Amino acid sequence: MTTGDPLIVLDGVNKWFGPLHVLDDVSLSVGRGEVVVVIGPSGSGKSTLCRTINRLEPIDNGTITFDGQPLPAEGKPLAKLRSEVGMVFQSFNLFAHKTILENVTLGPVKVRKEKPAAARERGLALLDRVGIANQADKYPAQLSGGQQQRAAIARALAMQPKAMLFDEPTSALDPEMVGEVLDVMTSLAGEGMTMVVVTHEMGFARHAANRVVFMADGQLVEDAPPAEFFANPRSERAKDFLSKILTH
Amino acid sequence: MNVLIDKFDVFAGGFWLTLQICFLAAIGALILGAVVAVLRISPVPPLRAVGTTYVNIFRNLPLTVVLFFAAFGLPALGSNADFLRIPGLESIFSRLGTDLPYFRFGLIALVLYTAAFVCEALRSGVNAVPAGQAEAARSLGLTFGQNLRHVVLPQSWKASVVPLGSVIIAMIKNSALVGFFGVVGDLSQTADQLTSAGGYPFIPVAIGISVGYLIMTVPLGALLDRIEKRQAVAR
Ligand SMILES: Nc1ncnc2c1ncn2[C@@H]1O[C@H](COP(=O)(O)OP(=O)(O)OP(=O)(O)O)[C@@H](O)[C@H]1O
Ligand SMILES: [Mg+2]
Repeated sequence: MTTGDPLIVLDGVNKWFGPLHVLDDVSLSVGRGEVVVVIGPSGSGKSTLCRTINRLEPIDNGTITFDGQPLPAEGKPLAKLRSEVGMVFQSFNLFAHKTILENVTLGPVKVRKEKPAAARERGLALLDRVGIANQADKYPAQLSGGQQQRAAIARALAMQPKAMLFDEPTSALDPEMVGEVLDVMTSLAGEGMTMVVVTHEMGFARHAANRVVFMADGQLVEDAPPAEFFANPRSERAKDFLSKILTH
Repeated sequence: MNVLIDKFDVFAGGFWLTLQICFLAAIGALILGAVVAVLRISPVPPLRAVGTTYVNIFRNLPLTVVLFFAAFGLPALGSNADFLRIPGLESIFSRLGTDLPYFRFGLIALVLYTAAFVCEALRSGVNAVPAGQAEAARSLGLTFGQNLRHVVLPQSWKASVVPLGSVIIAMIKNSALVGFFGVVGDLSQTADQLTSAGGYPFIPVAIGISVGYLIMTVPLGALLDRIEKRQAVAR
């Protein structure tokens, strides 16, 4: 499954929001093609962890390397790195003034300088792949949540990223739409995409993840294959957390 | 009331000069204000500090003081603001090119002062765009400039346009002060000419110049109301 050097490496990462220690000496390594699911109670720092990987949140100390390179500071090199890391947000964040197809082609045309016609063709193929080709000319507000999130995944994939970050991609969706988004993510995982996924979908964690990482109070408490983690959580925090979510 | 008919050409001349200074000042303030706004939202902290300092100074000083600095400070520094004698522009707006520099000084003061408010109107529009939009753009690898141009500004424009219009209306009214700082012959200074030098009664003259300002500001206000209504319907 994983080959060669890891793609994403966090080493001794610390971050504070004022007095709040949101990331407490976090070290994590994600191999190429690996799918890592991050779970943990609300406020434990999962989103922050996810957002530090493409430097949407800068860190206070420690190092993060992506594909062998330390994350660059603000500027052109950082923009280039971000173009290689896809990000999918809980609230979709599709560009509200652009059609679905324009959302998907903006990055390739402006960042990668692809020809608009070529980007369009690839964009349509991606929309087809996530099952919303017939929505290409609509605006985001005209789509259901599940369709919007699939469009957001297509937008990220259009950059042909080396890794994808998902921050609770299904938490804002009505229950009947969760499945369609998870299906797209599962198929991506099956094709060998490197993924870091913050989610409360334990089914996805069991079936699609290579590893489950459990966070509490900014610390990375457990890191284990899903079968092992769910059958045998070692820490009290994880046992407590699992008993709460699994009884619902 | 005869003064309104007898001296119609004087009123018209004053109106024309005020219109010129307001037109030039509006363009200058929109450009400078946009630059300051970009500084204020830039990811580079020193640039942000420059933008913030600019706004804090010019938004918080009385315009009279800014005019004072322009009309008396610039000459003391040996400047006649000759950089504003822009060929081409100078032939349309003849006062830009005169040896007497007060039109240029007044213009500079109005631009510097108004730009601070333009910046804030633009910024309030940018703040009205949900943060997730800019974050998604950054995640795709768009640079700061691309992000503004393709994602943020097209969406912030709607929220900026009405406050911007109010800023320009305020600027037109503020331009009445330049007459007290050496600019001869704008609408407000025309009143002074006609009453103190020409001996005409004050009230008809005041009505005349009021009409002049209202001709400029009322249509602008009406336009803003229409835009606002249209936006309300679209929402
Ligand atoms: N920009 C910010 N400024 C200050 N505090 C913040 C900021 N962003 C997050 N926090 C705080 O940091 C802590 C961790 O936030 P984070 O969003 O990473 O948690 P999370 O594990 O993703 O939680 P959730 O499951 O609710 O999404 C929380 O206490 C949050 O209130
Ligand atoms: Mg979160």
